[in-house]
Amino acid sequence: MSTFKDTFETLNWLEIKASIYGKTAVDVEAALAKPKRDLEDFKALISPAAMPYLEQMAQLSHAITQKRFGKTMQLYIPMYLSNECQNICTYCGFSMNIDIARKTLSDEEILAEVAAIKKMGYDHILIVTGEANKTVGIEYFKNAIRLIKPHFSSISMEVQPLNEAEYKELIDEGLNTVLVYQETYDEEDYKKHHPKGRKSNFDWRLETPDRLGKAGIHKMGLGVLIGLEDWRTDSLFCAEHLNYLEKTYWQTKYSISFPRLRPCANGVELKSIMTDKELVQLICAYRIFNEEIELSMSTRESAKFRDNVIKLGITSISCDSKTDPGGYASGQENLEQFEISDHRHTEEFIGVIKEQGYEAVWKDWDHSLQ
Amino acid sequence: MLKIADKIFTSRLFTGTGKFSSSQLMEEALLASGSELVTIALKRVDINDDQDDILKYLNHSQFNLLPNTSGVRNAKEALFAAQLAREALETNWLKLEIHPDPKYLLPDPIETLKAAEELTKLGFIVLPYVNADPVLCKRLEEVGTAAVMPLGSPIGSNKGIETKAMLEIIIDQAKVPVVVDAGIGAPSHAALAMELGADAVLVNTAIAVADNPIAMGEAFKLAVQAGRMAYEAKLGRKSLQSVATSPLTSFLD
Repeated sequence: MSTFKDTFETLNWLEIKASIYGKTAVDVEAALAKPKRDLEDFKALISPAAMPYLEQMAQLSHAITQKRFGKTMQLYIPMYLSNECQNICTYCGFSMNIDIARKTLSDEEILAEVAAIKKMGYDHILIVTGEANKTVGIEYFKNAIRLIKPHFSSISMEVQPLNEAEYKELIDEGLNTVLVYQETYDEEDYKKHHPKGRKSNFDWRLETPDRLGKAGIHKMGLGVLIGLEDWRTDSLFCAEHLNYLEKTYWQTKYSISFPRLRPCANGVELKSIMTDKELVQLICAYRIFNEEIELSMSTRESAKFRDNVIKLGITSISCDSKTDPGGYASGQENLEQFEISDHRHTEEFIGVIKEQGYEAVWKDWDHSLQ
Repeated sequence: MLKIADKIFTSRLFTGTGKFSSSQLMEEALLASGSELVTIALKRVDINDDQDDILKYLNHSQFNLLPNTSGVRNAKEALFAAQLAREALETNWLKLEIHPDPKYLLPDPIETLKAAEELTKLGFIVLPYVNADPVLCKRLEEVGTAAVMPLGSPIGSNKGIETKAMLEIIIDQAKVPVVVDAGIGAPSHAALAMELGADAVLVNTAIAVADNPIAMGEAFKLAVQAGRMAYEAKLGRKSLQSVATSPLTSFLD
């Protein structure tokens, strides 16, 4: 069975990087003028040559997004179930080599989190864990979904890659979306940042979206960890991946996230620092390249930045997040995966969304549909 | 007057409820549009909450609700969703939407026909959203759908009536009302559909995303009225260019 690996092997990192950095103003203008853009246009839009066109890109992205998604913003919230992890990831606060207290929520603790989150109004939930296959494996996930399902209309998951049969089981339990970021598509660099644990297997991760597609998942989220490698080249690989998946698993919906690395417990040195301007460029480039893709934003970014990108192409956003297991019910902040930047409460942020002329959408799925 | 199943409509403008910047604005825009049939996605409604945000604002005698199955990928899922919608919203009217392709949201003709056949047997008033396929529309009519809803262009695209040649055949052949759904991006598109003889149009994005949705709702109302009036008044024939200088039939004189 062919997978993205076959396409991936035809792609050369250095050639692609040179091609992106070789794009000129002429290429950017051509991309902006087209009714439909391809990967070469995407390269132009993420290239340094597009920077002078940022305002134009923003205007275009704004208009295209409203046409497809209307004046609405979907809301979701992450719920961390466990920070146990057997991987070493140089950038992550849950990395095995970091000395923090480890915790995996019990049934009672999960229900306490659910109750705390429901009070905040959320109906779409994203469950997150580290990778501890023995204690937090398929049985744990099945049980967690059963506990959570009566309380939320849509359940997403960001955990270790699973196999196809396991994904099928979870979909049958009510799982709607799986997020799996490749982190970086540069294989060598990937190995440097993931020296130990199952995550060090680059191919297993790279082929995860194929397994999800075959299992019939409704939606999957892709992305790269911005900062590990040159973000432009990594983003082009991610767009290639997206293109392949859209054509192969055409019944699945896709979303892109933009996790930009921030300082965390590990203090890894970043190869590429992305500026705010560049992040806006990337968001707009994705939108102009793919008019139908969902673009998602977390609380890693600052309040000011988030307030201003509502209009620029983002279609789904989280708020009031805790990145430690049990954080909503306890109200404490420790054991975090990464430090969040926007600490505002939900109500305040909803006010901002409304002020910008958008409706906050809490519910956009129903278990009866799957 | 337009009659679908047992209901008579004075307005030939059907509307959607998504994409508005607030529910209040949606309510005002739909009231201004004069629409009497509004479609609502089951996935957006909280059926356990009688104070549901959207339903609250649609509580006007002028509005008949048309639940839709947006999100389902096959006939089996559509049947399940339809029965839930009927129970929750207390109507047997249903906009049958089966688009397994979440990117372009194009309807699946095979699953739609299968589901339509089952649903009409179960007593639903089925309005299926389909591609502008004349044969499919006849097949749907034969299994008992109350109308057909062929698309003008891909949903949300605002591209207008790109399927004109096929719509003309559908309208010519149909024994049930033809509602042009999807792709109508401007009042002029709606007027064109009505001039072609469509019985009604369904508009959502173009009203919801306008700078002033209330004024746009009214603009669509007038355009649909004008288009229908023009259709009934019978448009003058377009003249066949200029008269040829060397007529081919002059030898007959």
